[in-house]
Amino acid sequence: MKKKTDAKHFREHLPLYLMLLPGLAYLMINNYIPMAGIIIAFKKLNFAKGILGSPWAGFENFKFLFNSPDAWIITRNTLLYNVAFIIVNMVVGIAIAILICEVRSTKLKKLYQSAILLPFLMSMVILSYIVYALLSSENGLVNNSLLAALGIEGIQWYQEPKYWPFILIAANCWKGVGYGCLIYIASLIGIDPSFYEAARLDGASKWQEITKITLPSLTPTIITLLLLSIGRIFYSDFGLFYQVPMNSGVLFPTTNVIDTYVYRALIEQGNISMSSAAGVYQSLVGFVIVIASNWIVRRVDKERALF
Amino acid sequence: MTDSKSSRQFQIGINAVLILVTLMVVLPFLLVFISSITDENVLIRNGYSFFPEKISFYAYQYIIRQGDKILRAYGVTILATFLGTVLNVAMSALMAYPLSVRTLPYRRGITFFIFFTMLFNGGLVPTYLMYVNYFHIKNTLWALVIPNLLLSANNVLMIRSYYMTSIPDALFEAAKIDGAGHLKIFLSLVLPLGKPILVTMGLFSGLAYWNDWTNGLYYLSGNAGQKLYSIQNLLNQMITDIQYLASGKVAGNIGAEVAKLPATSIRMAIAFIAMLPLFIIYPFLQKYFAEGITLGAVKG
Repeated sequence: MKKKTDAKHFREHLPLYLMLLPGLAYLMINNYIPMAGIIIAFKKLNFAKGILGSPWAGFENFKFLFNSPDAWIITRNTLLYNVAFIIVNMVVGIAIAILICEVRSTKLKKLYQSAILLPFLMSMVILSYIVYALLSSENGLVNNSLLAALGIEGIQWYQEPKYWPFILIAANCWKGVGYGCLIYIASLIGIDPSFYEAARLDGASKWQEITKITLPSLTPTIITLLLLSIGRIFYSDFGLFYQVPMNSGVLFPTTNVIDTYVYRALIEQGNISMSSAAGVYQSLVGFVIVIASNWIVRRVDKERALF
Repeated sequence: MTDSKSSRQFQIGINAVLILVTLMVVLPFLLVFISSITDENVLIRNGYSFFPEKISFYAYQYIIRQGDKILRAYGVTILATFLGTVLNVAMSALMAYPLSVRTLPYRRGITFFIFFTMLFNGGLVPTYLMYVNYFHIKNTLWALVIPNLLLSANNVLMIRSYYMTSIPDALFEAAKIDGAGHLKIFLSLVLPLGKPILVTMGLFSGLAYWNDWTNGLYYLSGNAGQKLYSIQNLLNQMITDIQYLASGKVAGNIGAEVAKLPATSIRMAIAFIAMLPLFIIYPFLQKYFAEGITLGAVKG
């Protein structure tokens, strides 16, 4: 009797499992098989023998990676850039969001909101074209129009690593600030206007309104976005670091991050052992950071936890 | 009186700042466009500029007349974007429904299976080796469609939440009483009522395909690969060539190599036509973009 109901139960749900099938099959291929593929990092890969047939290398590949100066540089760059991106985009994003919400004309408000999101829609390749138009040493706008007008000699931007932290932080802010800004605006709109009315009756200044009402009301959103970005702190936008500095070798000390390192080692040098070791290093540390940051969110505010 | 005066000054102040911000956002795009209609010789002599001495539409004439490669790349982008977006939305919509059915056995386990892909991934090396050596997608159109972009766990879970919260349970109950099966419920109830979220997710998927250049970078190479270059790959290729020439690694005649490279104004014109569709659709679809972004970050 029980068996029959089970079968009926299964038949009733069969269409649902069939609906799940294409998506699950895709995730199996695109995500789960490569996860199993991290064993490559522990192998001395020999294509003739295949991945499974290749001899084990233990932690040889990792020893090699961490003995090279690159390991430290790419870790440092990845972390420091992400910290800078988080802080700069957050401060600029909140500032612009507050300003936009203070604008009285709805038409202008809409215009600013539309404009700020525009760069978010463009590809990193486009961003690299824009940066190149500004910074190219022969005919870039900065060297030819700005510095020339000031009587300063042109700078070889693509040859000087020291400028790139600023360039990349600015480029990233230009491209990404609209995203956060929109989210802050959405939560600013949700603030009860009677708070402001009460504050005004008490003679509060604009600055006091911002620090005493606006910012505290934004705190949950800020924490959510902050923890989401901290969860991704071991990853970086490949395009920003590969494409925008135009893959220029001279700039690697300040532009090489884990993602670009893995790509260059794999595709440009065909060095599978080093690139897979760096990839696994990123996956594992990245995983630990996501879990840890989520654990913190859960303790602070369960509603906002990812899981 | 003084209050209204100070508040007017305040309005002028913040608007001035925001206009400055808007200019900083918009001017770089304008620079791309103006460079594309600047006379090539003027561009080489004076550099990129907002106020060119001489205007020329040569770049666009060139693209229309002789831009086989460019038009082809444009076509590839459109095809990959269309294929990818349709498959993505279809798969996501289908997948999200069963996850929203509370009685489905193993629902939690399956949801976790999907969710886990957001926490951990194998990285580029195994993914690359698998797609190239076992699925042989190198230098095929599938290279632009399949890896990474075909399904996003995050989007599936957002669609599921939408199904669960925005479609009234009473409608499901009524359909069940009428004897509708799951497929019928999906087609006649979930799909039409889920349209807003599917449009939003489809839009982001389309944007991701339109802007993607990494799949082409990884999986297209050589002459066979170049035929499948999307417009972004073509742009990427050109800027890589510039860098290669500048690096001084070129063995042969640099002059001949430089001559093969499209003129600066043509490169900027290609960049501009790569952005153009986004400029055109943006005013109409802005609402969906904004919704998608706020949905993704602000839970509940």
